[in-house]
Formats: sequence, structure tokens, C-alpha cells
Amino acid sequence: MQPTDIRNPDYFHKVVDCQWACPAHTAVPEYIRLIAGRRYADAYMLNWQSNVFPGILGRTCDRPCEPACRRGRVEKEPVAICRLKRVAADYKGDIRNRLPRAPAHRNAKRVALIGAGPASLTVARDLAPEGYELVLFDTAARAGGMIRSQIPKFRLPEQVIDEEVGYILDLGVKTELGTTITSMKSLLAENYDAIFVGCGAPRGRDLDLPGRHAAPGHIHLGLDWLASVAFGHVKEIGRRVIVLGGGNTAMDCCRSARRLGGEEVSVVVRSGFAEMKASPWEKEEAMEEGIPILNFLVPKEFRVDDGTLKGVLFEKVAAQYDANGRRRLVPTGEPEVMMPCDDVLIAVGQENAFPWIERDIGITFDRWDMPIVDETTMQSTHPRVFFGGDAAFGAKNIIWAVAHGHEAAISIDLSCRGEDITKRPSPLVNLVSQKMGIHEWSYDNVVSDDLRYRVPHREHEIALSDIAVEVEVGFDEETAFAEAERCFNCDVQTVFTDRLCIECDACTDICPTDCITFTANGEEPELRRRLAAPAHDINQALYVSGGLKTGRVMVKDENLCLHCGLCAERCPTGAWDMQRFLLEPALAGHGCSHRPEKRAA
Amino acid sequence: MTFVPKPKLSHPELPKNRLGLTRRDYEGAVSTLCAGCGHDSISAAIIRAFFELDLPPHRIAKLSGIGCSSKTPTYFLGRAHGFNSVHGRMPAVATGANLANRDLVYIGVSGDGDSASIGLGQFAHAMRRDVNMVYIVENNGVYGLTKGQFSATADVGAKSKRGVTNTESSIDLAAMALVLGASFVARSFSGDKAQLVPLIKAAVLHRGAAFIDCISPCVAFNNHAGSTKSYDYVREHNEAVDSLDVIIGREEITADYAPGTVETVVLHDGSTLRLRKLAPDYNVHDRVAALAHIQDRERAGEIATGLLYVGPESKDLHENLNTVAAPLASLSDAELCPGEAALETLNAALR
Repeated sequence: MQPTDIRNPDYFHKVVDCQWACPAHTAVPEYIRLIAGRRYADAYMLNWQSNVFPGILGRTCDRPCEPACRRGRVEKEPVAICRLKRVAADYKGDIRNRLPRAPAHRNAKRVALIGAGPASLTVARDLAPEGYELVLFDTAARAGGMIRSQIPKFRLPEQVIDEEVGYILDLGVKTELGTTITSMKSLLAENYDAIFVGCGAPRGRDLDLPGRHAAPGHIHLGLDWLASVAFGHVKEIGRRVIVLGGGNTAMDCCRSARRLGGEEVSVVVRSGFAEMKASPWEKEEAMEEGIPILNFLVPKEFRVDDGTLKGVLFEKVAAQYDANGRRRLVPTGEPEVMMPCDDVLIAVGQENAFPWIERDIGITFDRWDMPIVDETTMQSTHPRVFFGGDAAFGAKNIIWAVAHGHEAAISIDLSCRGEDITKRPSPLVNLVSQKMGIHEWSYDNVVSDDLRYRVPHREHEIALSDIAVEVEVGFDEETAFAEAERCFNCDVQTVFTDRLCIECDACTDICPTDCITFTANGEEPELRRRLAAPAHDINQALYVSGGLKTGRVMVKDENLCLHCGLCAERCPTGAWDMQRFLLEPALAGHGCSHRPEKRAA
Repeated sequence: MTFVPKPKLSHPELPKNRLGLTRRDYEGAVSTLCAGCGHDSISAAIIRAFFELDLPPHRIAKLSGIGCSSKTPTYFLGRAHGFNSVHGRMPAVATGANLANRDLVYIGVSGDGDSASIGLGQFAHAMRRDVNMVYIVENNGVYGLTKGQFSATADVGAKSKRGVTNTESSIDLAAMALVLGASFVARSFSGDKAQLVPLIKAAVLHRGAAFIDCISPCVAFNNHAGSTKSYDYVREHNEAVDSLDVIIGREEITADYAPGTVETVVLHDGSTLRLRKLAPDYNVHDRVAALAHIQDRERAGEIATGLLYVGPESKDLHENLNTVAAPLASLSDAELCPGEAALETLNAALR
């Protein structure tokens, strides 16, 4: 293998699994260290820079970081990254004087933002301080988009939304709320310098089954129902409720129903439990609230008798896999199951709909009737129109919307400056030694043995009595510290300098997870088999040094490194050093495009 | 010195031995020796050897004297018995312990100062009595704890860190062990675990005094140009006579070697040592030839390593003394003190 090029920012970035997995690439270990140091406001600001909605995401994020967390590969569970973000938000105090202000001078560029959800708000946050005039349109009366309309209050209190949406609106964003855009053509005619479409995937997918329209008022589309609950139009539901679907919307529906009078609420899913789209923790929390999840049942018919919903008829199926591993649901032939109920909530997916975009104005749609959008620049086939969030590539989640928003803001900024939007600004990267003394490091390298702490919940009796009562209480400071200490500090990298190594084996001997091997070089697949400990995961890089005195090379399997720094502590020559790797993805704004190109490695 | 404890977390696929223990279960506290010390590598080799031998840690006794080397038993086999004795007196304590309880596995760790100077006499008698133990000298040629004066094993012509040349002739402990009648003599290098681990395993399995002279560079005081015990020097001048595989128990031997290149030695418990010869015509069972070879290589400026000599495992200390099969420590008062009548009989027999 060739020696690893650690000057390529991607190399160490990938080692920080959580940050790499995060669509917005938030520097997770860095903010966890700030939390451990009780620097909550600093931790909050780091998050705010990167993901715009720390308090909201700290309660609702889909957490792509946690399944990626290295800790989960060495012991049972990853660090509670998401809930630590909430800790930063909970204890930050007043940070308003640290936020950017609306600029005194405008740059005479106007940008329309369609939909006031997380994607548009991110674009607004990134562009407002640069002097752009931003006009935010939404059909709803208040900004927030799906954050406000779809996430139930027991998971996300309204004041958190108001606060974090407010920070953005206070930057001088012009709002046109309660306004529905009905024609892209006429909006384009208003000569905006750029238009950003962040209107989400607002349409719940329906189930066209017999009886679907025979009992109006008792069979609802989950998304619409959640919005009606959020805005206070719906305050109760029948005693027996069936929720159809296995995604996070289904989980929000069933738990909301439980709080609005649903005593016997069940979730019925076509697929198996493990294949459900809902996050594992959301399934868990639903079940803890006494909601059974029933799998391998396909709805066939809504049984309606005389305009009254009686129940839903299901067919039992089983999963069969063909030679390619593709799954098919095959009827088992068992008798159909009739489940009685008073209300049904359909949460089987959501769709995009752009009836308001004319098809002859230069915005091309693909065969699924989705706009063609560049995945890097977020630009549509119309040079002035950009997409982001669920509107761009279908339903994802808030953190993806934020990531799209950042990229779109960069594109809009470049485009308004007349620059090439395909030339993306490089991230800010910093790699600094953490050595303070012979065996002192500026990070806490003691590895905690604690298991994951559970976020305390309110008692069921209180939590289920009122939909506005937040069910999670959040970590107290002491638990937050203990949980923060579980973080391995994967951003503090083990950096190896081959010319200093005397091959004394001290690092190999001390390494608690047998990451380091000194051996003859070879091709990667063969080399992986010769290491001190199995290194099967080819997605986890091998760090290979240049040739050493004995002709061997140092090979480190990054997969299970605890970043405890013991290799560097036991190294007599400083060939190993612990260096903090900080990567901040570029954001739109002054000078971002003028950062020097990264040096060729 | 490292202040933080070694994390308990380990590789999830860490292999387990027949006792269900992982290698980590054979570790001790984190070393307080200088970073990069060869002794730590030897500790790691000991850990691996005992793990691979499936030995229950609590049936092992580790003993040492004074010095950097003698600190190391703290850093391996944390669940074993330990005795840190007076300077140079490890062999006497080990002999006594072995007499009292022959059922434990004994490993004595000593250094060149401990064994070649103050404890030379002790070392000699443990060898000639063939005490059933592993005796490892972690040999770095200097007094590390007192800042690098030459020890008795420093080679003539070797330069100290401050540029002083050693003029006194050196004691070759492996050669001495051969002369003194040790039944297992090996030499190795802390930087070569592929050689050292099988040697330690073989030494444990061997019945009688098994001596390993392990060159172990002192990173702080003896790892410079001009040193003959530095990592670079030993790597350059290391001449192994053989390469050893240890086959535990009666496992079937499947590997195929050209005839005449492999020698197998069957031990008392049925385990097999398989020696692949690296020096042609070297006879591992010939004490005199072994001594000649060591001295010949030394004259040529090379260091002979590997399993240098293994003799027939006929008699160890207990057999020579004709002790009972049960450990003395397990005998009851009645057995140890059979009473007046028994004394009378004994006295009568001597009259």
C-alpha cells in the first residue's frame, strides 16, 4: 500500500465517524468537549454555526452520527450525541449578543425563499449577514415549516422553535407568511437574483383501498392530521386507533393519538420490525407508551358500516428473499385479520408536489416528476432557481435540509458574485498537537467505562395527559458530563512520523484495542489479514506509514482506535503524536470563495 | 511515566484461550518505566506466552529482585502471585518458593545488574540446582535506574551515552548458564516477539531451570551510536540459530518441512518444540558445541540468539532432593510433624 496521505482533509475527517456521517459535518467531539468543560454557550454556538437549530435538532434529529459512533463498535451503545446537543441548548444562557446582526449595508441582491422550513431558514441564516435581501414565503402563518407542523409538541416544545427560528428572522429577513406561491413563472418575473425552493414534501401518500372515502372524518392522512393537531384544530381522537405505516411520522401519529384520547392505539406495518423506517429509539419510545407494533400485515380494506368505521382488514404476509437479496412480501394464506377501530391514521410515506411550477420555464422535471437538481450546487436546470430539503430529493430529515441549505447558500452567493458555482470553497482544516507535557494532553484521554446514560422521561401519567408536555426532561449537568466523557475524542488524531520511529514496539504493546501492527507492506486485502487484530471493515481506513529502518511499515487500523493517546505516551521519540483535527465546512459568505485552494497532496 | 489507566475496552474480536480468558486478562498495571523501554516489550511477550499456554493466572508466581527489570512483574499477570525480593536474591526466594509449592509455575525476572553483579552467586546456584522455573534476564548493559553506568554485561569497546568506552570484559550470562548446568538456555531480543514468545512458552513447558538472556535496549541510556545493546545494533548483529514453534499438548503436527531442517523435541507433558534450523549443523542438544558457537559468534561481533541448548529433562531440584509429590505447602501438620514415635524410628535408623 502507498503511505497514507494525511494532508488530504478527507482522511482524518473520515476517522471522526460522527462528523463524517453528519450531513452538515458538525464537529461533534469538539462540542462534546466544550460541554464537558461546561462551556455550554460555546458548544451551542459551534452547533449553531454548523447546524443552525441545535435546540430543535437536539430533540428531533435523525442522528446519522450515532450509528456511526466508534463507541458503538467497541461497547454496546454509542455516545448520546443528539441529546448532548440539547444539553448545550438547555444550559447556554443568553447567547443573543454572540449572534450576527442584520448588516447595515445591503448588497442590493434579492433572494426569494419558498417555504419557511429548515432548508429555507438555513439559506436565510447564511445569506442575511452578507447583506442579501431575503423574502421568506410560506402558506402557514408562522415560520418553521415541518418543524412546526409535523413534529408533535411533546417532542419539541413550541418555545424552542420560536427561539431558534426567531434568531434567523431577527437577522432582517422579510417574511411573507400566510402567502401561497401559486406560480413560479410570475415569481421569476419579479426579478429576484435567486429563488430557493424549500417547500418540503408536504403531501402524505394515500392508500387507495375499498372504503377509503366511506367514513370521512375517521380516516386521516397522518401528515395533515399532525398539522391539525399542531395548530390546535384537532383536540381529540377515538378510543381505538390504528396507525398504518412504519416510519417516524407513524410514530409521531401513534404517540399523539395516545395523548388525545386514544386508549388502544396500535401501529400496523407491512414489513418486519427490523426493516421499519422509523428510528429504533422512536419505536422503543412508542412501545414504552403502551403502543404495540404489529408487523407483516398488509391493509386490504376499510370496513365501513353505514358511514361508521368498523375496522381495517389485513392480510398476513411473510418476507421472502430472492437470490439477489431482494425482499418480497408473500401472503401466508392464513385467514385475514379484522382489527376493529374508531379512527385510522395513514402514515405510509410522503410525496413532493409542485403544481405551482410551470413546466415551460426552464425547470426540468424527471420521470418521477421531481425537479432535476445538482447534488452539490443544489441548482435546478434554471440558473436562478435552487432547491433544498425535502423539495430537492424527496423526504429526508431536518439535518439534511440544513446541509442542503448551506450548499444552496454558497451557490447563491457565488452566483450573485458572478463566480462559477461549481468551484466549491474548501473547508477550514486545522491539525494541532495536543501535547502539553511529557504525558499531558490538552484533552481528557482517560477512557470512561460508563455505559450510555438514558435521558430521563416524565412519568407516563403526566406525559400522556397533555400533548404539550415535553416527554423528555433532558440530562442534568452531572449526567451530561458523564455522558460527554464517554466520547473517545476521535478528532484527536494519532499522527505518525515514520522517520522518528525506532520500532521499539511500545505502541503495539500498550494499544488497548490492538490497532497497531509493524509488518511487511503488501496489498490492502492481504495486509488486512496479517494485522494484530482482525480488520474486516474495509470502510475503515488503514493508516500506512512509509518504509521504516527494518523495511517494515507501521499499519494502524483506524476502526477501533480509542484515541486514548497511550501510543503517543509510550512512544520514546515522539513518532506518535495526538493532534486535534478540526474541520469546518465552508459556509456562504464574505471571502469564503477566496480561501486558497487546498494544496495538492 | 503514564498516569492514566489502560482503558478496559478492548477489541471485540479479541481471541479467548481455553480458559475463556483474553490476552488482556494476563495484563498488569500500566508500566511506569521510560517510554520505549525494551522491558515493556518483554512484559508483553510474557503476557502473550502465558495467554497462549492457557495457564490460569492465579497458579503462576512471579518473582524479581531490584532494578528496572525487577519492577516489571507489576506490569504483567496482575492476577498472579508476586514477590519483589532483595537485590540479587530472587533465585534464593524462587528456590524456596518452589520447594514449598511445586505446583505453581515460577517465573523469575531479573536484570543484568541483579543477576550478573550482586546476584551472580544466586544466579549460579539456581542454574546448577536446576530449579524448575523460567529465569529471564532483561539485559540492557547499563544501570538505568542510576543513570546509565556500565553493568557487568556491557561489551568491551561499547560506548556509554557520555562517550566513555568500556574496558572491562563482559559476563555472558547465557554462556555461564551453559557452564553451570542449566538444562534450557536461550537468548533473544525484546524487539523480536516472533522469536521471544515461543521461547518463553518453551521455557515454561520445560522442566528444570530454563534461562533466557533477553537483550532489552535501554532507550534512555543505551540506545545511541556506539552502544552494542541498542535497537539498531542488535537488529544488525542478530544471528538466530533456529526458529521455534511450540506445539502445546498432543496436537497433530501437519506442517511439512524438508528433511534434516527441522528438529522436534518432545517435552515431559507431551508438548512438542519444533526447531527450524537457521545455522546449519547446529546441534541444540550439545552443550559444549553451544558454548563454542556462542563464543565464536561473539568473536565475530555477532550475537547468537534462539534456543541455544536444551538438555534432557531428567532431574529437577525436587527429584534430586527426593521430595514428596504433593507440594509441601499442602501437607498437614500431622504429615509434617509425625510425632515422637516417627522421630524415634528415624533416629534408630541412623544409629
